[in-house]
Amino acid sequence: MFEPVLLRNVDVPDGHLLSTYEAGGGYQALTKALREHTPDEVIDLVKKSNLRGRGGAGFPTGAKWSFVPKRAGKPKYLCCNADEGEPGTFKDRIIMERDPHQLIEGMAISAYAIGAETAYVYIRGEYTLAICRLERAIAEAHAKGYLGTRILGSNFSFVVHVHCGAGAYICGEETAMLDSLEGKRAQPRLKPPFPAVEGLYASPTVINNVETLACVPHIVERGPDWFRGIGPDKSPGPKLYCLSGQVRKPGLYELPMGIPLRELVEDCAGGPLPGRKLKAVIPGGVSAPLIPERGLDVRMDFDSLAAAGSMLGSAGVIVIDDSTCVVKVATRIIEFFHHESCGKCTPCREGLNWVVKVLRRVEAGQGALGDLEQLEALCKGIFGNTFCALGDGAAMGLRAALAHFEHEFVAHIEERRCPFH
Amino acid sequence: MREKIEEAAARYPDQRSAIMPALLIAQREHGHLPGPVLEEVADILGVERIWVYELATFYTLFHTEPVGMFHLQLCDNVSCMLCRSEDLLRHLEEVLGIKNGGTTPDGLFTLSTVECLGACEMAPVMQVGDDYHGDLDITRIDALLDRLRAAAEQVPGPDLAPAALAGE
Repeated sequence: MFEPVLLRNVDVPDGHLLSTYEAGGGYQALTKALREHTPDEVIDLVKKSNLRGRGGAGFPTGAKWSFVPKRAGKPKYLCCNADEGEPGTFKDRIIMERDPHQLIEGMAISAYAIGAETAYVYIRGEYTLAICRLERAIAEAHAKGYLGTRILGSNFSFVVHVHCGAGAYICGEETAMLDSLEGKRAQPRLKPPFPAVEGLYASPTVINNVETLACVPHIVERGPDWFRGIGPDKSPGPKLYCLSGQVRKPGLYELPMGIPLRELVEDCAGGPLPGRKLKAVIPGGVSAPLIPERGLDVRMDFDSLAAAGSMLGSAGVIVIDDSTCVVKVATRIIEFFHHESCGKCTPCREGLNWVVKVLRRVEAGQGALGDLEQLEALCKGIFGNTFCALGDGAAMGLRAALAHFEHEFVAHIEERRCPFH
Repeated sequence: MREKIEEAAARYPDQRSAIMPALLIAQREHGHLPGPVLEEVADILGVERIWVYELATFYTLFHTEPVGMFHLQLCDNVSCMLCRSEDLLRHLEEVLGIKNGGTTPDGLFTLSTVECLGACEMAPVMQVGDDYHGDLDITRIDALLDRLRAAAEQVPGPDLAPAALAGE
């Protein structure tokens, strides 16, 4: 039985309060980092742990930190990506609602490592309980000297501000988030320059996801070898999986990286609803291409899922059973991306508009056989031709649906109706 | 409003960054963001009015038009759709006598479908004011509407919508 690391406090009564967090050993890792390690040593610990970003891209966290120039002549910033808009994902909300100090401690250690004195938590505006708990936790941490000036008697000073989003999926894209934080419409920036060199207010900036930052205190406390010993060596650590959709026990589960998707869906989440069979699973939020039932033995880590033609993404695992029309799911996903396209890049803005129209008519039984080639051509026109990954995610997901469930698309066209209605 | 906005603005080295928090504060106060409120926000922060307008119209949580005392925001993204959110939408449209996006004539309810609320473990889910309501079915929706109507009766006048929200 895997002992929870990130979720160890979430079911503890008053787990969101400082007193509870301290009673469970909270802020010991920050104390240890400040007293026993230089900032570079902390970066080394995180590098050695092989921690990879939990927001979706899986970039090595220690490497990201090491790109921040040592002497910048400008203030450095840490931004916590708590925008969590990827459909099917709710892990960061639960950390912030039930164990916000774990995130704050992670931010303080990370800021110490990169030399930042200010952090902004960019949290989606809908998460009112999480916002409230996080603000309260920040105030508590300040009062106890875990935040503020000369933390725990060291030379390190650090403050955290909460910045509420206002409903735009694109803000989860790190450079769009920076534009949003600067008070602009959220649109992705061309890279380079990368945020580590020129990010918020053109200053060196590290952007990490909530779950990534929550891993940091545990790495400092228990060591990189312990972390690396959990799951596959190149993609290790405890991992939060968000199970939702047509499954008996939806919820948040913490297990090692690399557990088979089938185990997660059938054992943890209890499998399909009574009388139903699994049809497909989206393993990492709707940007991740769906996997048909026969592919469910794939392991849930960055590399295994990439090799299987999908991605771990945000580990938002959405279960689809045999009562559901894949064309309908694909249409809904593309409608989402179309709605959330920021409008900056023409292939995404116009291409998705076109894809939605074609998919809606296919789903309504008014499609023609040429529509499927049209969809493929549109995906080709979008993929790789945009500033950010929003359009790529949309195209990859649709391509997977077309590849694995072509017969359902064809049935809609030939029968001139949705076979599921 | 001015005091709260100035307090929020102190967190940023650039006043432009404070537009979004200022709009959230202004909307909580006024219920929605009509032109004069946007101009007031721009004046308080000393920033270009166009910067304020463009944010108020880009981000979906900002409302430049009035919304009902209770904004029923029903998620219809994939996880909720798989848990039959469409049935709930149809039911809400029927019992409220409005279409998705509409407001009841008494100004009590605005009904909108929204993208993923990040609470898929309790799908189908709906946000009303600050609160999430999950694991919804038609019976629970009806009970929730009754509670909201009863809460509205406690409020003396239609102008006190923000007070009702603050009391949630």
